[in-house]
Amino acid sequence: MTKPVLEINNLQTHFFTDRGEIPAVDDVSFSINAGEVLGIVGESGCGKSVTSLSVMGLVPNPPGKIVGGEILFRRQEGRDKAEDLVKVSRKRLRAIRGDQIAMIFQEPMTSLDPLFTIGHQIIEAVRNHRKVTKKQARAKAVEMLKLVGIPRAEEIVDEYPHQLSGGMRQRVMIAIAMSCDPEVLIADEPTTALDVTIQAQILELMKDLNRKKGTAIMMITHDLGVVAEICDRVVVMYAGKIVEEGDVRTILKSPKHPYTQGLIRSLPKMSNRDSRLYSIPGNVPKPGSIKQGCRFAARCPEVFDRCTQENPELLNLGEGHGCRCFLYEKEGKIVNV
Amino acid sequence: MSKPLLQVKGLKKYFDINGGILSRKVGEVKAVDDVSFDVYEGEVLGIVGESGCGKSTTGKTLLRLIDPTEGQVIFDGEDITTLDEEGMRKRRRDMQIIFQDPYASLNPRHKVEKILSEPLLIHGIGTKEERKKKVKEILEIVGLPGDHASRYPHQFSGGQRQRIGIARALIVNPKLIVCDEPVSALDVSIQSQILNLMEDLQEEFGLTYVFIAHDLSVVKHISDRVGVMYLGRMVELADNEDLYADPLHPYTRSLLSSVPNPDPDVKHERIILEGDVPSPSNPPSGCAFHTRCPECMAICKEVRPEFREVKDNHFVACHLYNDDETR
Ligand SMILES: Nc1ncnc2c1ncn2[C@@H]1O[C@H](COP(=O)(O)OP(=O)(O)OP(=O)(O)O)[C@@H](O)[C@H]1O
Ligand SMILES: Nc1ncnc2c1ncn2[C@@H]1O[C@H](COP(=O)(O)OP(=O)(O)O)[C@@H](O)[C@H]1O
Ligand code: SF4
Ligand code: SF4
Ligand SMILES: [Mg+2]
Ligand SMILES: [Mg+2]
Repeated sequence: MTKPVLEINNLQTHFFTDRGEIPAVDDVSFSINAGEVLGIVGESGCGKSVTSLSVMGLVPNPPGKIVGGEILFRRQEGRDKAEDLVKVSRKRLRAIRGDQIAMIFQEPMTSLDPLFTIGHQIIEAVRNHRKVTKKQARAKAVEMLKLVGIPRAEEIVDEYPHQLSGGMRQRVMIAIAMSCDPEVLIADEPTTALDVTIQAQILELMKDLNRKKGTAIMMITHDLGVVAEICDRVVVMYAGKIVEEGDVRTILKSPKHPYTQGLIRSLPKMSNRDSRLYSIPGNVPKPGSIKQGCRFAARCPEVFDRCTQENPELLNLGEGHGCRCFLYEKEGKIVNV
Repeated sequence: MSKPLLQVKGLKKYFDINGGILSRKVGEVKAVDDVSFDVYEGEVLGIVGESGCGKSTTGKTLLRLIDPTEGQVIFDGEDITTLDEEGMRKRRRDMQIIFQDPYASLNPRHKVEKILSEPLLIHGIGTKEERKKKVKEILEIVGLPGDHASRYPHQFSGGQRQRIGIARALIVNPKLIVCDEPVSALDVSIQSQILNLMEDLQEEFGLTYVFIAHDLSVVKHISDRVGVMYLGRMVELADNEDLYADPLHPYTRSLLSSVPNPDPDVKHERIILEGDVPSPSNPPSGCAFHTRCPECMAICKEVRPEFREVKDNHFVACHLYNDDETR
């Protein structure tokens, strides 16, 4: 089997604040294969964005710092030679970022510079990583805008971000991200701020890029509908830890972890109208607020004595299905110890 | 069906766009453009539509938090658009609102105690002691410990703050609550708690809700009837089941088909719309949806389709259902 394009092992990213050390990402391991779409889901504050910022080397420092683990990136050519993004020089990281690994954010306006035209920003992105003339870069910009379905691409290339709608700005962000043919695209809630009809367009576009160019995608979202739509595999996070992972069908249709189960049951459905929604009691915890035991214990319907005393390990339930819960200790093997 | 508690007739809200050095009026945003509907006593009327289509503006004009440009809002038989300030103040006891962002709508410098007793004070309800007792009661009704009254908003989580927002609306014992995206900012596990609470309260206190949201599955869950807005207009309005099973308006069809389904076994055809929502300051002629409509006909570009009842309790504004016009 070929090795994954991105392999994250035991990543720990902590924030050092006046309220103490916050383990926002606490011993997280997962990998993405070439051409695969991996979903990372979880509720707000569970560490999704910090995970993606860690890969990009963009964790705000201070207060944040990667305090442990490795992020192995393997280029297409010479895939057996891995670079650890935690250890590489800043210069090397800058070269990789935007070129081989690109990222799009939830709010496109904050990542586009209001003072420059759309074309300028795509041209800059291309010329940062490729030796091309201005003219070639401009042609590339127009080509990319057309590729992401922007109408009147020849005109839009000379317009400013504020002249575009939210959906168009997100397309421009995707155009910039894709302009250097990255091997991995990290998308942090790329459609959360968009309307559903526009979201449908953007998801279609991302699926297309994944199919045609084989770009691996790390899709961060809190929306299980989006997961079903685009992901091959899913990682579920809770309070800084992975609680379950597996292929999309397993996670959505037969999840094992009480949290994943509760999350899916809490969703109102489009098909039938339940008289009453299931709900998980209590509040979404902040990472670090639970010092001992299973992080879900306070809200778990299945909780028993041991859960509040020991930390459950991620168990391997077979076929890439992992679950961090004592209930499955008999069927599973402990992963990664 | 019971009698209408609220009747909205030809409601319009145009906002002026000012520009130039003299800040003169250079145009207007037609945020709500001739919308009519009834809300029946004890029902939940859902209003859905994409960002900027005029949902919040509609909700706020119902309570006259924004004054309408034109049209009538008849509440319990009385046209409230003609009321003076004092008359309106009294009316608001029956009509309350809950906002999306519970944090922004609660004064961070005030304790919950003060936030919740303020509406009572405005309406001259109870003595100081009675108000204190009432605050404690209402907190417990919305699922918070009564002694949390002495805390400040920042000491609560998002879901708990929304409970406080609900308590504030509920405390004056209103008949109607306009809920403007009350669960949109909440995590899924918290969203279902709040939806359940709102349903319980509706039953317990016989409330009527106008429930605004952009999430179609949330609206499906909570509403008895659902109205769909596009660019300041109501394009379709029907019973919940009817709307989701048999949407008539091409916009509603594409909207429903765009919602990603978390069940991987449910496969459905997606109607992907071209382009973006046009600006409400310069809406397209005729049918406002004609620039994106897959079924657009010649007449659609010129004549604005009337909002008509084409089936039992199923209203739609589209020329496809206007036999006498197209023939
Ligand atoms: N005070 C105002 N002045 C000028 N324009 C306004 C004002 N309030 C709203 N608008 C405009 O009116 C239109 C409708 O706005 P509204 O807030 O009602 O939309 P909405 O459907 O609630 O959207 P969202 O889903 O984003 O909350 C928008 O184009 C908006 O920009
Ligand atoms: N700049 C920061 N300073 C301090 N703590 C932070 C910062 N950014 C994130 N965190 C912490 O990391 C946790 C995870 O955040 P994040 O990854 O953004 O969550 P999400 O899963 O919603 O994307 C948060 O609960 C917060 O406590
Ligand atoms: S380990 Fe215990 S508390 Fe945690 S999810 Fe499993 S049963 Fe629930
Ligand atoms: S009136 Fe015409 S353009 Fe408008 S929705 Fe109907 S068919 Fe489409
Ligand atoms: Mg985030
Ligand atoms: Mg709104």
